[in-house]
Amino acid sequence: MQKKRVGQTEDVNKLKMNSSAADRRLSTVARHLAGTINNEGSSIFSSPTSAGVGDSVFANVARAPEDPILGVTVAYNKDPSPVKLNLGVGAYRTEEGKPLVLNVVRKAEQLLVNDRSRVKEYLPIVGVADFNKLSANLILGADSPAIQGNLVTTVQCLSGTGSLRVGAEFLARHYYERTIYIPNPTWGNHTKVFTLAGLTVKTYRYYDPVTRGLNIQGLLEDLGSAPTGAIVLLHACAHNPTGVDPTLQQWEQIRQMIRSKSLLPFFDSAYQGFASGSLDGDAQSVRMFVGDGSECFIAQSYAKNMGLYGERVGALSIVCRTADVASRVESQLKLVIRPMYSNPPIHGASIVATILKDRNLYHEWTLELKAMADRIITMRKHLFDALCARGTPGDWSHIIKQIGMFTFTGLNRKQVTFMTKEYHIYMTSDGRISMAGLSSRTVPHLADAIHAAITTVV
Amino acid sequence: MALRSSITRRILSSSSPVHGSRSISSWWKHVEPAPKDPILGVTEAFLADPNPDKVNVGVGAYRDDNGKPVVLDCVREAERRIAGNMNMEYLPMGGSNKMVEETLKLAYGDDSDLIKDKRIAAVQALSGTGACRLFADFQKRFSPDSQIYIPVPTWSNHHNIWRDANVPQRTFHYYHPESKGLDFASLMDDVKNAPNGSFFLLHACAHNPTGVDPTEEQWKEISYQFKVKGHFAFFDMAYQGFASGDPERDAKSIRIFLEDGHLIGCSQSYAKNMGLYGQRVGCLSLVCEDEKQAVAVKSQLQQIARPMYSNPPVHGALVVSTILSDPDLKQVWLKEVKGMADRIIGMRSALKENIEKLGSPLSWEHITKQIGMFCYSGMTPEQVDRLTNEFHIYMTRNGRISMAGVTTGNVEYLAKAIHEVTKGA
Repeated sequence: MQKKRVGQTEDVNKLKMNSSAADRRLSTVARHLAGTINNEGSSIFSSPTSAGVGDSVFANVARAPEDPILGVTVAYNKDPSPVKLNLGVGAYRTEEGKPLVLNVVRKAEQLLVNDRSRVKEYLPIVGVADFNKLSANLILGADSPAIQGNLVTTVQCLSGTGSLRVGAEFLARHYYERTIYIPNPTWGNHTKVFTLAGLTVKTYRYYDPVTRGLNIQGLLEDLGSAPTGAIVLLHACAHNPTGVDPTLQQWEQIRQMIRSKSLLPFFDSAYQGFASGSLDGDAQSVRMFVGDGSECFIAQSYAKNMGLYGERVGALSIVCRTADVASRVESQLKLVIRPMYSNPPIHGASIVATILKDRNLYHEWTLELKAMADRIITMRKHLFDALCARGTPGDWSHIIKQIGMFTFTGLNRKQVTFMTKEYHIYMTSDGRISMAGLSSRTVPHLADAIHAAITTVV
Repeated sequence: MALRSSITRRILSSSSPVHGSRSISSWWKHVEPAPKDPILGVTEAFLADPNPDKVNVGVGAYRDDNGKPVVLDCVREAERRIAGNMNMEYLPMGGSNKMVEETLKLAYGDDSDLIKDKRIAAVQALSGTGACRLFADFQKRFSPDSQIYIPVPTWSNHHNIWRDANVPQRTFHYYHPESKGLDFASLMDDVKNAPNGSFFLLHACAHNPTGVDPTEEQWKEISYQFKVKGHFAFFDMAYQGFASGDPERDAKSIRIFLEDGHLIGCSQSYAKNMGLYGQRVGCLSLVCEDEKQAVAVKSQLQQIARPMYSNPPVHGALVVSTILSDPDLKQVWLKEVKGMADRIIGMRSALKENIEKLGSPLSWEHITKQIGMFCYSGMTPEQVDRLTNEFHIYMTRNGRISMAGVTTGNVEYLAKAIHEVTKGA
């Protein structure tokens, strides 16, 4: 045994010459072993648990699968084809296929950068106070009795995801019912968000593949058989991924069902203004619920409607019955946030607050927002027309009936895979396409791909 | 119309909760008001105080000699370049690769083999808090039976983070109240007595709240003992550059562990050393056995981030990568960091001298021996309360003074107050 170790000391020098990774590691190992030989009485070489160059405690960690939505962009980026089309993630693109920073956002950002009195101090745990107030006003309407009565607590969070997660964590700690009902289908990340927060996820029927519209009967039945007090996730407008929204009459039916079972509504509002082009119009569902005086949760995102995607700007509002309750709830929200990230990022929320509180900037924003929504509506029309022109089998009217950034095409997995392989069209495997990724120039290519998929793949 | 008026009626009747006219009450009636955060609550109280002599030595945010927050010149320049030029698309779940690359160089060294060999799984995180939380959640998921050993004392939020991640906590000796230094012997005992393969939280430099750091020799011994026991070392490095003024020097503890072959974890924050507090910029890294493992671990970290916030904020990351990838801007930053550290070191001397000048019977050596943003004064909660109530001086009740809040303008006043409340001790 001794002989072997002495030999290793010589090997150390040889190994040091070679600079490849494995050799570097080996030389480190040898150095350690050589070092310990000189250490009389050292027990390190006899210790089986020595972590010097031993196993990682995370050696058993398997590689996680790609995120189904964000993974689409990863695959798209790898594709060298000049005709490739990214209809995966819901990020707005211009007619030229470019990302868009709104003019009003640029202006707001310049104002902030030029203001030398601005500092980068930690925000309070609940974020920018102005931003919170203005966000509540935006979704509820400034004249909402809930706001007038101080019944709403609003905290700045990391976009829609962060708002949902903080709200869900609060519910898991303080609400007696741990089950949340989410629509089938829904945004791919919803289940994970709620599960990790400690809630149990169940689904309610939502999309009718036959009509490619809302299964209102199934929805009402499923909510009707939910346990009293269960939480219900509702997409405020522009349902993701289907683009199918209830009509106002159907919202009223849903509201009544929810109230009759004392279910707790949790709104996910990620597309206010983006669906119809009208901020107030897109908030009607939320306002209808809040208007009847009951409690609810609202997660807001500015990712799409202000194009602030990567800045992670959002807000969680909890409408309570009394101002006192709202204040206590807010204090508990802080306990959820502090061990997660302490306080939210300042940049995006400052931009939003700057825009929302300035009449002119706000007005400009509404125009840019309407322009984005209109472009998407136009793309829907173009695609519908293109499919009709090709005589593609099937009823494609859902393309113009659905609303918001996404269209649930009704294409199946195999057809989607075909379109990716043969036409370099990237979309999620559930057949969802982001209309925002289309332009007049690329619609024909997409229509060709859909036509081919429908007629050749079953 | 009828619908609206019926809604209005119900709203009016619901707006008088005192009368209890509604049979349904709030779901949240039972919700207790949460206690104020012990650190952040201090600033809230400070802001609410109208007294003109008030001093805030609570939260660890740097102030210049006029007591004003500072935006570094390198940051202003970076923002000037960024504004209007970049789009705001989603970052990948793991954040900005460029920013992460530069950040790893700071912790692991520009020429680190680990970086060359791609053995480090790293993701952008929401400053130090976010990095610690990602790690705690990851630890729970992949070492579900493990605990975390946390030094006594530590930043109070550390306890919240691992608690919310459902990782059981143990403590290890760190601060020695009598000497106001390191309780090295007890620390080593705790390291030896912990079960093999335990997870330890270590402050890489400028320990918060005590300002007491092990010496290089002591770090070497700790590292050796960690090897013997097969412990996992997780470094929270929130003050690199801020402690000595030299980022390379401040990373010494980490480099010692890396030299010894430990597969460490590390949380890095730019809140203090780049003054990016509210931007929430940081990084979590885990050293793995090989590139394949690093890819797997990174993918799992992303799985934890996705249901928490999807992807991290882009602005702060852009500021960091703009500065660190431009050699000239990086030099500006290094000078500014040194400037901040030097001012704090100067204030330590000034505070100690001023208290001694007043004839205090106690020893105040620790003020200049401790390092980084904080001084663990040794004052009791009662003495701290007196400082606040009688002198409008705001600090956390554990006696921690944020030296960054001390200025040539207030150091005498502060010294006087401290002397006043401690002279009878």
